[in-house]
Amino acid sequence: MITTRRFLNLLLPLAIFLTILIFLWIGLYRNPRIIPSPLLNKPIPEFQAKTIPETTRLLTNQDFIGKVTILNVFATWCAACQAEHSVWIESRHDLKNAQIIGLSYKDSSFKVMNWLKQYGNPYDQIMDDPQGQIGINLGVYGTPETFIIDRQGIIRYKFIGAVSSADWEKTLLPEVQKYAA
Amino acid sequence: MTPELGHFALFLAISLALVQAILPLRGAAIDNWAYMRLARYTTWGQFIFTGIAMITLAHAFLVNDFSVLYVAENSNSHLPLVYRFCAIWGAHEGSLLLWVFILTGWMTAITLFSRSLPEAIVARVLAVLAVIAIGFYLFLLTTSSPFDRILPNIPADGADLNPILQDPGLALHPPILYMGYVGFAVPFAFAIAALLSGHLNPLWARWSRPWTTIAWCFLTLGIVLGSAWAYRELGWGGWWFWDPVENASFLPWLAGTALIHSLAVTEKRQIFKAWTVLLAVCAFSLSLLGTFLVRSGILVSVHSFAADPQRGLFMLGFLLFVIGGSLAIYAWRGRMLTSENEFSLWSRESFLFLNNVLLFVAMLTVLLGTLYPLIVDVLNLGKISVGPPYFNIMFMPLMAPLFILMAIAPLFQWRETPLKHLRTKLLSYLGIVISLATFLPLILSIKITLWFFVGLCFVLWVLLFTLHHGLTWKKWLKPRRLLLSQWGMISAHLGIGITALGIICSIAYSQQKDVSMAPGDSVSLGHYLFQLRTVNPIQGPNYQGMQAAIAVSYQGNPLKVLFPEQRFFPVANAATAKAAITAGIFRDLYVALGSPLANGAWSFRIYYKPFIRWIWAGGIMMVLGGLLAVGDRRYRRKEVHERLA
Repeated sequence: MITTRRFLNLLLPLAIFLTILIFLWIGLYRNPRIIPSPLLNKPIPEFQAKTIPETTRLLTNQDFIGKVTILNVFATWCAACQAEHSVWIESRHDLKNAQIIGLSYKDSSFKVMNWLKQYGNPYDQIMDDPQGQIGINLGVYGTPETFIIDRQGIIRYKFIGAVSSADWEKTLLPEVQKYAA
Repeated sequence: MTPELGHFALFLAISLALVQAILPLRGAAIDNWAYMRLARYTTWGQFIFTGIAMITLAHAFLVNDFSVLYVAENSNSHLPLVYRFCAIWGAHEGSLLLWVFILTGWMTAITLFSRSLPEAIVARVLAVLAVIAIGFYLFLLTTSSPFDRILPNIPADGADLNPILQDPGLALHPPILYMGYVGFAVPFAFAIAALLSGHLNPLWARWSRPWTTIAWCFLTLGIVLGSAWAYRELGWGGWWFWDPVENASFLPWLAGTALIHSLAVTEKRQIFKAWTVLLAVCAFSLSLLGTFLVRSGILVSVHSFAADPQRGLFMLGFLLFVIGGSLAIYAWRGRMLTSENEFSLWSRESFLFLNNVLLFVAMLTVLLGTLYPLIVDVLNLGKISVGPPYFNIMFMPLMAPLFILMAIAPLFQWRETPLKHLRTKLLSYLGIVISLATFLPLILSIKITLWFFVGLCFVLWVLLFTLHHGLTWKKWLKPRRLLLSQWGMISAHLGIGITALGIICSIAYSQQKDVSMAPGDSVSLGHYLFQLRTVNPIQGPNYQGMQAAIAVSYQGNPLKVLFPEQRFFPVANAATAKAAITAGIFRDLYVALGSPLANGAWSFRIYYKPFIRWIWAGGIMMVLGGLLAVGDRRYRRKEVHERLA
């Protein structure tokens, strides 16, 4: 006769395996490469940036207070940024209470100005970050990346990668409207 | 037309596998000789047809048939011939085909080397292997066919093989590693066959051992090759990164090592039966789990194949069927696995028991670390990564007791060995080890840290005892008269000691410099001087790049000129660096070329790596040990059995 203990011992490996299997199954629907930004729901880091084109005025955190801001990190050397550029140009139609600020990341202002002249300029303001220092403080690790910042200057959303029209309509615009309301 | 023939051949193979999965099992149950024998013939059929599939795929690569999607994605007309051939296993679909082809190879080997086994056992083993093969054939025929065509727009040329794979390592590492992974299906099949038959033949362990050992040898060799390849290819001088895919090969290795030792106990003493059967299931399950992890996209790794949730689901279903099924069979039939013999605390059984405990816990530790990011993510606790700090802290302390026990276990007899007989020997060797560890560095005038001293003690402990098992002090270290299997143990344990020695020396005494050099500049590292002569453009068959010429001299005497390169592959749109290595028995010198800096200078990384080859030499000795053990006469004796069910 088999004891209860022996019976449980025999079933134990199967039970452990089934538990692991459930984790693996759920894990299939997760993407391990998406890492949430540690800055979510925290205020934008302090900074001072020159503008492109260069003016005497410096952009600071104050420029993010009072209006919902879309902060788009881009570069002329980045192919994906070119791909999403037209989406930003189009998006201006949808923006009533929000502003788009561009962050020129590790780029030359001269190249940026030429590029915008050729392809259009969707940005209300552009911050110049030639060394990438502001980008580092924001936790940027690739371009393009887009942040949605509310009226109090708190980072509420981070989108990594090129924004397609579908991404804009279904994901980003609703977020903007949520905080602009 | 030819790729379609290959595709059709797989259909034929799966049909044979279906027959093989059903009829021989039935034959074993009702003692029908014809049904049981059938398994041998269907096996050869599977081998031939899967072989045809491999040949047609190879043909597509060799003639640059870019209408085949897999060829177009992984090859290029300028890719050197040898890599066009190896690209067969360069990505997901082709490597699956290799997997199942190797499985048919192992099945065929069983038909050839099973003369002394009862037909019913062979029939059941081949049936179980056929079930596994069916899973892979289904995978290949549904979501992962290497024979899909891109029509009507055939690309003019292919996307080229990933530049990192364009290295001689690709010719050896995957096939040998797969021989190991797949090979553990054989002890698995033996275990399931035994459970299905309803009783565990006393000779079951003896039959399983050679197959397990050979699979283990291949896996060890595959891991050694992978480590050496990473060292050569990646340019950081590292040889093990605890990457999830590396762990995927290490987990079955740890379980397999435990299995080899557990089988020894079961064979000799008829105990640990339930544990050994479970461990055999576990080793192969880890092998399958590894296959799943690499291809499902569930973990982040530099090695992983492109992910596809549909494939992941299929594999998960397969895991559920095979592993869940075998553990269910274990739960159902396991109660027949009882043991009766006793042993005392100080006996070989105890030591091997501890060996298994330590190796199994080590395996669980690595498994936990590998799956932990997934567990945390699924439980919505965040996103983390687990890397070398965790593994090193957890794994090393488990190896320490293993080293202590490994050295002295062979001194203990089966059943009982009073400790007092061995006490003098143990204490005197301890004294010798500590003195050597203290005085050797003094004599060789090298500085050591406490950590290194401790590590050296462990290494010397293993080396000295293992040498003692093989040589006698009388007559000046004459070899003892031992069985081949005992020489195998000595070689394998020496191998572990040598690997450990290589590890501690290279960790303690490696040196590295990041420098910027313009032509004419030189840099010294230890007693070596590295002078940059030139940096010139080069052209390869499917790449262009820059090559530096670095003259190395030792204490003023010219030694060699090294040529590190940066290669850019335009079709693949990717670059890799080719490090230049001058290898030696006692040290490697390693130079990697970086990026151009201002004023015609280039960045370089220079390494001095002492004893690093010993890490892999030790691995080779382990493989040799396994082969010696398999050569032992007792496995070659043909024994006549009653026809046992």
